[in-house]
Amino acid sequence: MANPFSIKKSLEGDLSVIALEGFLDAHTAPEFEKAIQSELDAGNYRIIVGCEKLTYISSAGLGVFMGFIEEIREKGGDIKICGLTPKVRQVFEILGFPALYDILDDVPAAVQRFAEVPTREV
Amino acid sequence: MVAFEQTFALNVPSSTGNLALIRDFVTRIGSQAGLDDTEVAKLELAVDEACANVIEHAYEHDATKQVLIRAIFDEETLRIEVVDTGKGFDPNSIPEEDIRRLAAERKTGGLGLRLIKSLMDEVHYDVEPGKKNELRMVKRLRK
Repeated sequence: MANPFSIKKSLEGDLSVIALEGFLDAHTAPEFEKAIQSELDAGNYRIIVGCEKLTYISSAGLGVFMGFIEEIREKGGDIKICGLTPKVRQVFEILGFPALYDILDDVPAAVQRFAEVPTREV
Repeated sequence: MVAFEQTFALNVPSSTGNLALIRDFVTRIGSQAGLDDTEVAKLELAVDEACANVIEHAYEHDATKQVLIRAIFDEETLRIEVVDTGKGFDPNSIPEEDIRRLAAERKTGGLGLRLIKSLMDEVHYDVEPGKKNELRMVKRLRK
């Protein structure tokens, strides 16, 4: 059974961009967790998570966003989320994520938001 | 649409690697029962959450254990039953905390259950820890 999930990392100026692709569930969430942890280990606390190619997310994936957010904001950084497909956006909305995270249309909009609002209160 | 009840079952080893297989199974059943794409997506996520809970909490990733997913539908309802023999839990013991408070306390638990309740029309539990725990979720086909 194919369970495709992949992560591509890049930089936008001093911002780390983590682009997710495929299915983010309880099986693949640890991979996403490692990707965020490696950014924090490198001192990168300004992270954009691109979800243009993310076709599925369950609470295990959402839990990764929640598990790191306080530490990141304590360091003056943030996670900005962008490019949600309608199916994935619905899951974020059911759990009330828009109250907790900046959710933008695309990477340029997320870059812009970092310039305006570098961090938020948890 | 058929007038009689049809039952389908999938029995898989308790591993998160099988969640994709479980999702494929319920997605096909949902379509066959006549749900539209939006409702199929809700069903897919609810069953994924229920099975992930069993794999991670009831069986603590013990892949020698089995998770049973039963799907029963007629023209009125689609019922999904997720059955395990592991550690049961009282769903009422998990408070519905505010998402901000969960994040502030670095807690991520209970999100799956919250999703299941909002995605399905009815959710019932029969818990007998170590014997049989059964989570029944219902999707009404005629609204």
